[in-house]
Amino acid sequence: MGRVLLYGFLLLATLFFLLPVYLVVLTALKEPAQITLDTVWRWPSPPYWESFRIAWEAFRPKFQNSLVLALSATCLSALVGALNGYVLAKWPFRGSGLLFALMLFGMFIPYQSVLIPLFHFVKAIGLYGTLSGLVLVHVVYGIPIVTLIFKNYYSEIPDELVEAARIDGAGFFGVFRRVILPLSAPAFVVVAIWQFTQIWNEFLFAVTLTRPESQPITVALAQLAGGEAVKWNLPMAGAILAALPTLLVYILLGRYFLRGLLAGSVKG
Amino acid sequence: MRDRITAFLVLLPSLLAVGIFVYGFIGQNLWVSLTDWGKDPAQALALHPKLRFLGLENYRELFTGFVDVRFRQSAINLLFFTLFFMAGSLGLGLLLALALDRGPKGEGFFRTVFLFPMALSFVVTGTIWRWLLQPQGGVNVLPTLFGLPPLSFPWLTTREQALVFDWNRLPLYTALVVGLVLLHVAWRAYREGERRRLLWSAASGGVLLLWALTLGQRVHLLPYPEPHGLSLALVGVILAAVWQMSGYTMALYLAGLRGIPVEVLEAAKVDGASEWQTYRHVVFPLLAPITLSAMIVLGHIALKIFDLVFAMAGLDYAPTDVPAIYMYLLAFRGNQFAKGAAIGILLLLLVAVVVIPYLASQLRREVRR
Repeated sequence: MGRVLLYGFLLLATLFFLLPVYLVVLTALKEPAQITLDTVWRWPSPPYWESFRIAWEAFRPKFQNSLVLALSATCLSALVGALNGYVLAKWPFRGSGLLFALMLFGMFIPYQSVLIPLFHFVKAIGLYGTLSGLVLVHVVYGIPIVTLIFKNYYSEIPDELVEAARIDGAGFFGVFRRVILPLSAPAFVVVAIWQFTQIWNEFLFAVTLTRPESQPITVALAQLAGGEAVKWNLPMAGAILAALPTLLVYILLGRYFLRGLLAGSVKG
Repeated sequence: MRDRITAFLVLLPSLLAVGIFVYGFIGQNLWVSLTDWGKDPAQALALHPKLRFLGLENYRELFTGFVDVRFRQSAINLLFFTLFFMAGSLGLGLLLALALDRGPKGEGFFRTVFLFPMALSFVVTGTIWRWLLQPQGGVNVLPTLFGLPPLSFPWLTTREQALVFDWNRLPLYTALVVGLVLLHVAWRAYREGERRRLLWSAASGGVLLLWALTLGQRVHLLPYPEPHGLSLALVGVILAAVWQMSGYTMALYLAGLRGIPVEVLEAAKVDGASEWQTYRHVVFPLLAPITLSAMIVLGHIALKIFDLVFAMAGLDYAPTDVPAIYMYLLAFRGNQFAKGAAIGILLLLLVAVVVIPYLASQLRREVRR
């Protein structure tokens, strides 16, 4: 009896989570003329693969923008985070704890509270409407969370290792390269997954700071779906394209994804 | 020594960047919110706009001005969205975690399914649910597959409201709720024998309630009644948000449940506790800290929700408006930078009220360790 209830509940929950996916896929595979509201749940025959070709053509430049943006901002931000975390964990100075705390505050602010000055700043330095402007913004606002993850990770590395390397004559960067970096792979994976997912999925900065030619895919998708009289196969195919990279990350690296999620859970 | 200087120099750019982009911009935003930037269209987009200091005028207009009725509805929407989104995500997440904790077959599969929406962008989720919630399609025709009549709730397109109240009563209701919460705190302090906390909370709660029952009746924010309420169009948005985030609370709760030592559960069993009693008196209290941090994270997401609403209903649809949407609309469509900045500051204050006590308590716990 208890088991039946348990599986019944799990089945219902699975339907709740997967029915939307099913509808997305089947809508994307329908010819525009076949999409009528009362037959939305009927599987298309034959499947209309053309949707994906058209959506891909429409979204390709935006997809590339997102890819360039997410990859470059993630790499930069991981590098910055590793160095910051290394300094804060292994070279603390007077007041560094306080500075770190002040830094962390940056991940709790709602970005609406800096959006207007940010917009005018990015405009003033001539980066409005460019991808590099958006990369800069993501790297800067990513500093708190990546620094936190790296600092926590590096605090677990015994100080004796650092001391030993210093006695061997290694300086600041020598220790980093020879002792810290070789041990950093897990932290880099967690940070890379977290930042890539966040930046790929981000919308507020993207919609405020870009022009059409530098739009990431999230902005393009929101605008396509928001247009009147859209053929719904295209937004659905577009949604699949926009979701694919982060979904792949989740499916292939789920374990690390979860770890990043819990580490970054303070940020949300 | 040279290494110490190098270390500092390595950190310096990040410190400066955060200093400017976080603290500098917040300061500038605060200043902008106290000016008239955007009131005069000629100055709004000028390269060096001449700004006049207005004090708190923008804030006053938002809460009591004639034109900003939409802001007030958006604030009420935000309140209800936050409440129901939190309750929904926590409730569903806990149920899912409790189910998975019983070790069903295919647990890994279920976990993956419940958590995958977390990997999606709110824009993708919003686009999907916008299609699911079409009035004559999607979810509404689902029952017809089983030979039942279709549902007729118009989801995002409804303009209906529930729990409608007069905006003028808001200070009153706020005082009542806060007063009752304070009295509850006082009662708990009484039971725990903490005299100082008891006195303070009882006194301040009493004053608030007294005010609400006497003088508060006469406070009027507006010279006319202005009805606001829970927009039923939000139900769809909340549904989509819960769909996206309950996997996250499930993951948190599951980690918590797995962390409860077997001995504790055994001990409860030996003491003759029924299953329900074990949950009620052993498991749920142990999960309370997780609930708290999940509430902080979810509340934080809710307060700045923007992309989901944008994708589901667009910018120009008042029934699902939230402050972040209205702020964007004012500042980046209407060039009303000062008023937009004021909303940004209000959101920051709201987040600070939620986050700062939490951070302080975390910090204290760290210190104690």
